[in-house]
Amino acid sequence: MQNAVELHNLNCTFTSGSFQLRAVDNVNLSIAPGEFFSLLGPSGSGKTTCLRLIGGFEQPTSGVIKLFDTDASRLPPFEREVNTVFQDYALFPHMTVRDNVGYALMVRGVSRAERVRRSDEMLETVKLGGYGSRKPSQLSGGQRQRVALARALINKPRILLLDEPLGALDLKLREEMQIELKGLQRQLGITFIFVTHDQSEALSMSDRVAVFNHGRIEQLGTPRDLYDAPRTEFVARFVGSANVISGETLHLESKRQYALRPEKVGISSASSTSPSSGISSLTGQLQDIHFLGSQTRYEVLVGGERVTAITSGAESCEIGSSVTLTWPADAPRLLEVQM
Amino acid sequence: MNQSTSQPNLPRPNFWRRASSLLYEKPWLGLVLLLAPPLLWLGVFYLGSLLNLLFYSFYSIDDFSGQIKYDLGFSTLAQLFTSSSNVDIVTRTLSMSIAVTIACAVIAFPIGYFMAFYAKGRTKAIWYLLVLLPLWSSYLVRVYAWRLILAREGVASWFFDTLGLRPVLDGILSLPVIGGPSLSSSYLGMFLVFTYVWLPYMILPIQAALERVPKNLIQASSDLGARPAQTFWRIILPLAVPGVAAGSIFTFSLTLGDYIIPGVVGAPGFFIGQVVYTQQGAVGNLPLAAAFSVVPIVIITGYLMFVKRLGAFNAL
Amino acid sequence: MTARASLGLRLASSAGLVFLHFPLFIIFLYAFTTEDRTYQFPPPGLTLKWFGIAAARADIWSALFLSVQVALAATAIAMLLGVLVAAAMYRAKFWGRDAVTLVLILPIALPGIVTGIALLTTIKRAGLEPSLLTIVLGHATFCIVTVYNNVVARFRRMSASQLEASADLGADGWQTFRFVVLPNIATALLAGAMLSFALSFDEVIVTTFTAGKEQTLPIWFLSELFRPRDRPITNVVAIFVIAVTTIPILLAQRLTAGGDDLHGGGK
Repeated sequence: MQNAVELHNLNCTFTSGSFQLRAVDNVNLSIAPGEFFSLLGPSGSGKTTCLRLIGGFEQPTSGVIKLFDTDASRLPPFEREVNTVFQDYALFPHMTVRDNVGYALMVRGVSRAERVRRSDEMLETVKLGGYGSRKPSQLSGGQRQRVALARALINKPRILLLDEPLGALDLKLREEMQIELKGLQRQLGITFIFVTHDQSEALSMSDRVAVFNHGRIEQLGTPRDLYDAPRTEFVARFVGSANVISGETLHLESKRQYALRPEKVGISSASSTSPSSGISSLTGQLQDIHFLGSQTRYEVLVGGERVTAITSGAESCEIGSSVTLTWPADAPRLLEVQM
Repeated sequence: MNQSTSQPNLPRPNFWRRASSLLYEKPWLGLVLLLAPPLLWLGVFYLGSLLNLLFYSFYSIDDFSGQIKYDLGFSTLAQLFTSSSNVDIVTRTLSMSIAVTIACAVIAFPIGYFMAFYAKGRTKAIWYLLVLLPLWSSYLVRVYAWRLILAREGVASWFFDTLGLRPVLDGILSLPVIGGPSLSSSYLGMFLVFTYVWLPYMILPIQAALERVPKNLIQASSDLGARPAQTFWRIILPLAVPGVAAGSIFTFSLTLGDYIIPGVVGAPGFFIGQVVYTQQGAVGNLPLAAAFSVVPIVIITGYLMFVKRLGAFNAL
Repeated sequence: MTARASLGLRLASSAGLVFLHFPLFIIFLYAFTTEDRTYQFPPPGLTLKWFGIAAARADIWSALFLSVQVALAATAIAMLLGVLVAAAMYRAKFWGRDAVTLVLILPIALPGIVTGIALLTTIKRAGLEPSLLTIVLGHATFCIVTVYNNVVARFRRMSASQLEASADLGADGWQTFRFVVLPNIATALLAGAMLSFALSFDEVIVTTFTAGKEQTLPIWFLSELFRPRDRPITNVVAIFVIAVTTIPILLAQRLTAGGDDLHGGGK
């Protein structure tokens, strides 16, 4: 089957004087048509540069970018059937909302009447009907975001790039937009490539996620894969939270590290333990308790390592007392040795 | 997939699309195309002219025929140093430039200081405009105004007479060097006009430099127990230095090359600008005029290097 | 920092402003004086008749016409070249960037007399006859930096992603320039053009070298300054010149209002 995007041995190096930065370091990737694909990573991990390479705003130092089987590595942005929602929205301040949305049609010579009709239609789709004659400066952040979306979608691109589009919005608006974006993507059936540093955003929206670190893809998979089976300490810690515990402490393969999700760990006071099959347990000293509302977080010191447990109920344990931690024996994930 | 691999959504290729694609692949080409016309103008025509000027200063004039001899030599440049009257001209012009620069800095500082720290909102906008307007409005007219003011029967005389201060004026005018028969034919009068004409060039950079002084720095200084005077000398003045230096580039350079003000407010001695003007015009000795104009180039180059250390270029 | 300036500071700064504006007031006053032979103060009487007499003078009109022609032509060239340099300089880092900056400010950093005589030597060497063309060549040289300063400041405030967004939506380079860049820089460009016009309209030092026998309004004024023949008419022309240079400056100020300061430069 034809892929929407293929990256082959893609490299992008920035040079400033004698200093060289490998922003994207030998990345290989294929994204299927209609997929919601996220590039996740901390700032400076190369995820945004990777997106800009697909959009054509940066040129690769080496490697190939294929869009629908066509080599697009050296095509300028205006020759790519890809549109972008920019992080700062990049709306044209001197144009009305309608003219912003209709820009892609205008540069293609579409007639004024047709442009107005289609722009207004698109504005309806993003729930901004009636805002056409305003200027971007008269809109709120969330509304500008929708205009940017409408503008990028009006020409029916086959791939939409979104560069941290929700970064500037407050939490509540963010959650609403996450749902809307996902719905829009299903409705239009086009490929979304979404850059974010927010792991929960990536997990909740994406079909697949590529986790970036130091310009490389650290791990690529479905959100569930990444969460349940992190391959490296970086992924384990960056995607959700994780206890990274040595094999010695866990009485497993020594000299290796294991990831253990806090919510897999149960806690009880030391006396009330009765070991059963398929359950591992360790005793430690309770250091701290944080009440989080629906959950409670416990910090426990086990064999010199700090282990976090999160439970939905409240256990009757006291700080400083001895407690037993339990988890399913298959819960700890062996992590790859990192260089 | 029901979508074809062709790209129906893209506009038809035309000249601009092909050209833009080429520039995308070769960004340096775009830079060259952008810079070529202005650099041809400034780099070739203007710098070429300066170079040509330099060449002329090595030429000389034939004493008998009055024709320019296009042979390179140092005889014309040497005249600058061998003739004592020429040395006087350079010294005189330089002293005036320095005096005017200092006076401008002294007068401009309180204005810039007030604008930066005390003027707010509308007041600030008005002050800014009031400084900007003289800066841009006609240089000639502003010089002409002083012809009216300094004239024997003009405003200044009337002012001194009305206040009964005539003896004071006469006393000042009888002083050696700066004095003269009247204000309109003395170095003092010339100094006044120069200072007036170039003052706005000093105010704006000082104001801009002070504007950049973080207000909390001053707060911090007084919190640490500094008296206002200490804050001023230790914090504000050093931070204003780049602004003063930037302004001095203009006041210094403009005074150094001016030939109109020394002509209008007469004093016995010549200034560099006047020599350049009369040598190339009335006398027709273009090589000597060129040689004289090399003097400000050299002085200003040296001066620019000096003020660059004071951070003037960041305050321009 | 006290909220109110000390008395000394207020006096010193206000006195400075009065010093800046008093002579302009005097010019204004003298345009109405009835005295036509001396610069007598206070004026013995006030009249409006000199305005009519000045308006009937053919030499003033032709000088004015030449000055406007020169200023328009020099400004047009400066706008084109200034925008080109600004577009090249605002983002790109390239070898020789500082040298380009230096060449740009040199025409205003060096005294006008140096620029003037340098251009004159070239004009002589090239065998050109001083004319309208040579005046324009000289003026455009120092007007470029005025346009450049204003436009480059606006370029720096414009977010680069706007250009990327335009290309992303399918616009080629020319379309991006026409629909995005030009509207963004338009007011700054216009402000630069206004200042450039005022600068050229008023320029005299370089012009005395490049004009030959041509007479611009400042040259006409200069000859009156050295050898006064028509004092009252000169007074009238003086306030006319102030008006002609002030209006573009006020307009330029309006055009850049809300943004940063006007970017001037020396004469």
